[in-house]
Amino acid sequence: MEVLRPSSLREALEMRAAHPEALPIAGGTDVMVELNFGRRRPETILDVSRLPELQVIRREGGTIFLGAGVPYTWIMRELPDQVALAQASRTVGSPQIRNRGTVGGNLGTASPAGDALPVLAAYEAEVLLASVTGTRRLSWRDFLRGPKRNALAPDELIVGVEWNVPQGPGSFSKIGTRNAMVIAIASVCLQVDETTRGLRVALGSVGPTILRAPEAEAFGAGVLDEAGAWADPRATVPQDAVMRFGELTAAAARPIDDVRGTAAYRRHGCAVLASRALTWALADRRAVAG
Amino acid sequence: MQTATRGPNLAQQAKDRVGTSAPRIDGVPKVLGSFAYGSDLWTEGMLFGATVRSPHPSARIRSIDTSAALALEGVRSVLTAQDLPAKRTYGLEFADQPVLAWDVVRYAGEPVAIVAADHPEQARLAAAAVRVDYQPLPAVTDMEAALRPDAPQVSELGNVLRHVHIVHGDPAAQADVWVEGYYEVGMQDQAPLGPEAGLAIPAADGGVDLYVSTQWLHVDRAQIAPCLGLPEEKVRLYCAGVGGAFGSREDLHMQIHACLLALATGRPVKMSYGREESFYGHVHRHPARIWARTGARRDGTLVNAQVRLVIDGGAYTSSSPAVILNASTFAAGPYEVPNALIDGTAVYTNNPPCGAMRGFGAVQVCFAYEGQMDKLAAALGMDPVELRVRNALHTGSVLPTGQVIRGSAPVREVIERCAALPMPPEVPPDDRDPVTLPGGAGNVGRGEHVRRGVGFALGYKNIAYSEGFDDSCEAEVRLERGARGPLATIHTAAVEVGQGLHTVLAQIARTELGVEDVVVVQPDTRVGSAGSTSASRQTVMAGGAVAAACATIRERLLERGAARAAETGTRWEGGLRLAEGRVLAGEAPVGEIAEFLDPPLEAREVFRHRQTTPLDEHGQGDPHVMFAFGAQRAVVEVDEDLGLARVVQLAAVQDVGRAMNPRGVEGQIEGGSAQGLGLALFEEVRLREGRIENASFTDYLVPTILDMPPVVSDVVEEPEPGAPFGAKGVGEGATIVATAAIVAALRNATGRELNRVPVTPDDLVGLVPPRTTGGPPPVPDVPGPRPVYEYRHHT
Repeated sequence: MEVLRPSSLREALEMRAAHPEALPIAGGTDVMVELNFGRRRPETILDVSRLPELQVIRREGGTIFLGAGVPYTWIMRELPDQVALAQASRTVGSPQIRNRGTVGGNLGTASPAGDALPVLAAYEAEVLLASVTGTRRLSWRDFLRGPKRNALAPDELIVGVEWNVPQGPGSFSKIGTRNAMVIAIASVCLQVDETTRGLRVALGSVGPTILRAPEAEAFGAGVLDEAGAWADPRATVPQDAVMRFGELTAAAARPIDDVRGTAAYRRHGCAVLASRALTWALADRRAVAG
Repeated sequence: MQTATRGPNLAQQAKDRVGTSAPRIDGVPKVLGSFAYGSDLWTEGMLFGATVRSPHPSARIRSIDTSAALALEGVRSVLTAQDLPAKRTYGLEFADQPVLAWDVVRYAGEPVAIVAADHPEQARLAAAAVRVDYQPLPAVTDMEAALRPDAPQVSELGNVLRHVHIVHGDPAAQADVWVEGYYEVGMQDQAPLGPEAGLAIPAADGGVDLYVSTQWLHVDRAQIAPCLGLPEEKVRLYCAGVGGAFGSREDLHMQIHACLLALATGRPVKMSYGREESFYGHVHRHPARIWARTGARRDGTLVNAQVRLVIDGGAYTSSSPAVILNASTFAAGPYEVPNALIDGTAVYTNNPPCGAMRGFGAVQVCFAYEGQMDKLAAALGMDPVELRVRNALHTGSVLPTGQVIRGSAPVREVIERCAALPMPPEVPPDDRDPVTLPGGAGNVGRGEHVRRGVGFALGYKNIAYSEGFDDSCEAEVRLERGARGPLATIHTAAVEVGQGLHTVLAQIARTELGVEDVVVVQPDTRVGSAGSTSASRQTVMAGGAVAAACATIRERLLERGAARAAETGTRWEGGLRLAEGRVLAGEAPVGEIAEFLDPPLEAREVFRHRQTTPLDEHGQGDPHVMFAFGAQRAVVEVDEDLGLARVVQLAAVQDVGRAMNPRGVEGQIEGGSAQGLGLALFEEVRLREGRIENASFTDYLVPTILDMPPVVSDVVEEPEPGAPFGAKGVGEGATIVATAAIVAALRNATGRELNRVPVTPDDLVGLVPPRTTGGPPPVPDVPGPRPVYEYRHHT
C-alpha cells in the first residue's frame, strides 16, 4: 500500500489527478476501521491531514468557511456560537475521536449517521470541492446522494463547507443506547431563521441519507406566525402545535430496523426530539427578548 | 546469657499484609503500558496464524481446497481436519468440540482450517483463499424449538445437553398468594479488553512450549496434548499476560491451532485474535428463559417455588452441565423455601457455544427470582426489603437440594447494611448539565419527564467447584537470603487475570513469614495444577495452598531457630515465632530470618476444600462448598419520553468472609457492577439465524464512564470456617445482583414489567410489550441427574 503525503492543497490535487483511485484520509476515524475490517483494500492512500488550506475557519461577512480538515475538538472551541454544530461535535465518539475526526470525513463517508451532517443540512451549507481544473460548490443536498454515496469526482478533494450564519437559536440532539461513544439511532437538528421567519429541521440515521422535514418546517413557521411569535417571542405557542410539529417531523423519517434500533423507535425518537427542540428554541427566543 | 530486647520495629506490623490495601504488584507496569499481554508476545522468526471459520450455522463440508492459499507468498502451512495427528476433539467436561470441523459445521464461526504465514496480513489473505464448499443444512437456533421432537439434532446425543430436576418438600404445597413471571436473559459477552492470543514454540524434544493468555494452564494442557499426540510432559504451558477473562478463557481458543502449526512448520507460531474474531473465538453467557411461580403466606413467608428454566448451550458442551446445575440449584434464590420444584434444561442449538461467564448461571436466575420477589412484595403490599429480610437464608438453612448451609451466611446483615447506605442527593433534572441526564452526551433533554426509580436485589452463588469435583491447588514457596533481607518466592499455576490474585498471594506470604520482599513467579505447568481462576475460587484455593506452604516453611525455620537458641543457651518462655524479619524465642530475638536460610527453605503444599457430593435423581445432595451473598440498591433516572436510562448510583454490600485487600474487593465490586449494568442496559450478542450481527465494539456496547455511576460499597466480614483467613471469593457477587437491581429500579421508575434483559429503549417507552412464549416446554424424558453424555456413556 502506498501512502501519498502532500503538504499543500495544490500538491494534493496534483496527486489526486495522477492517482484518482487513491483513497483520501484525514483523521482516519472511518477509513482505518474500514481497513482494519478488511472492507477496503486501496492500493493508494492520500493523506490530506497536513494541508493548511483545509485546517482553517474563516468568518467573512455573514458567512463561515469551515475547512474539511478541522477536527471536532477545534469546532467546539472555535465555533461555540454555532450552537447546533458545536453540540453535534460534542456528540461525536470520545475525546480521542473528536481530536482526529473531521467534518470533511463525515462528508467523505456520507453515512446517514454522520453527526455533523444534519447540522450542515439545517444550515443549508454548501460543500466546496476542488480539483486541478478548478473548484465547484454543491449544496449539501446535491453532495449527499445516498447511503455512503456522494458527488465527489475521482479527481476532487473536499476543501470545506460554507454557510450563512443563521440568525436565531438552534440545537442538535442525538439518541444512542449508551450515554456516550455511540452511533446515532436517530438525530435531529433544528435551526430557527429569524431573517426569513423559517424553521429548518434535519434528521440523521433515520433514512438512506440526511433528510429534511419540509412539512414540519412549514407547519412550525405557520404556527409561530399565527401566534404572533415571530414578532413577539414572548407570545405563547400552543403545546399541541409543538407536539404536532414533532409528529410531522417523525413523518418525514424513513427509518429501518437494524441491529442498533427499531424503525418504530427511531420514528418515535424523532417526534420527541423535534418537539423538545422547538420548545427549547422558543424558550431561548423568549430569554433573548427578556 | 543473652538479654531479651525488643528491636525498634518489632511492635509494628510489616507493611502490605493480609487485610491491608497493598498496592497491586502489576499496577505500575499496567498503568505505564509496559505490561506484556498475550498479544505482545514476540520471538525471532515467528510465523503468524489465522483461522478459517464457517459462515454457516449448520452445513455439510463437501470439500476443502487449500491449493490457492498454499500458493500465496509467505504461506508456510495450511491445515484442515484431515491433517490432525491424533485426537480430533476437545472440551472442558466432554470432548465434543472439533479441533477443526470435518464432515459438518454446527455453528457460524466454527474453525474449519488454519494457516501460518510469514506476516499476519499474508496469513489473513491465505485464510480468505481457502475454498470450502458447504452444503447448508437446516439449523435450530431457538432453544425452545431445539426441544421439539422434529428439531434438527445438533449433537448425536440429541438436543438435551443436561436436565437438572430438583424436588424439595412437597411441590404441591398450597400458598395464600401466588405470583407468576416469565423472564428472558440475552446472550452477554465477556468482552475482555485483551483478545485471545498465544505463541507456540516447537521444542528440540519434539514437544512444544506454549505461551498463552488463559485461566487454567493444566486443563488446557490436558486437552491440548492428546490432540497433538504428545504426552503431557512434552506440552509445557506458560501464562502470558491476561487482559481480562471473565470466563471467556476457560475454553480453548487458539491453543491447539498454534501448536499444530508450530509442529507442522518447525517454527514459532503466534495467533492473536482481533476484536471481531474474539466474538467468535470464545463462549458467551447462556441466554435463558425462565418461567416461575412463587407462593407465600399472607405474612410474606415463602412456601413454594416452581421454576422451569431453559438455557441455550449452543453447538458444543463447554461448561453447560455445570452452568445449568448452578442455575437450577440457585433458582429459588437466597431464601428459605420449604417446598420447591425446579427443572432446568441446557440444550444444544446451532448458535455459538455458551459456557463460563462471571456469575455462571447465578446471574440469569437472580434476574428471575428477584423479579418474583418484587411481584410478591407488590401483591402482599409489603416493603420489598422487608420481604427479603423475612425469608433470608442463614447458617443452618436448608436449600432446595437438601444441602444445609454450614458456613457463614450473614444474609440479613448484607440486606440491612445495603438498604441503609446513603442515597444519592436529588438534583432537579432541569438544573443540570445535559450530560448528566439520561442520554448523556447526546444532548437529548433539559430534564423533561425524567423519573427516578429505586430497586433492590439480593443474590448468591457458590465459591469453588461443586458436585464432588476433586478441587485442588498446589503452591511452591521458597525462602532465601535476598539482597535486602529474606526473600520469598511464590510459584503456583494460579492465573492472575487482572483481579489482583498475585497481590493477595504476596500479602499472604508476608503475613505468614513476616518478610517484606516477595516475588510471585508467572504461572506455568512446572508446578502442579492450581485449578481455574474461576468460580471466585483462587483467593480460597491458591491462597490456601500458599498459606500452607508458608506454614511448612515457618515450622522448619523455627526448628532452625530453636536449634540456634539451644546452641547459644537462650532461655525463653512460650513458643518460637516470626516477627518483622526476625526469629523470636518468646520475646528474645534469636536472629534475623536471613541468618537461617543457608540452605534456603522450600515447601510444596496442596490445598483442597471439603468434599461435596453430586445430586441424586431428585436433585438432592451436598453439591456446593460454600456460599457468598451480595445485595445492591440501584437508583436510576429514566427519560420517559425517549426510554433512555442513566444509573445514578449503585449501593453494594458483599459478604466476603474477610477482605484480604479492601481496595481490591472494592475494585471487584465496581467492575462486577459495571458488567451487570451492561447486561441490564445494552450488552447483548445479537444473533440472526445463528450469525452474530454485532461482533465489534461499535455495536456490542459496554458501559463507558458516562454510563457507570458512583458505587457506594461496604463488606460484611463474617469468617468462613475452613477457608484460609476466613475469606470467601469476591469476583462474582456484584455481577449477579447489579442487573436485577437496575431492572427493578427501571420498573419502579416506569411502572413497566420489563421481563427481558438487556432492557431496550423500546421496552422503556412501551413500544414493545413484555415478552411471552408458548412455553414452558415439557420436561424432557431424561433419566438421572447426570449430564446426558455421562449416562449415555455409562448405559
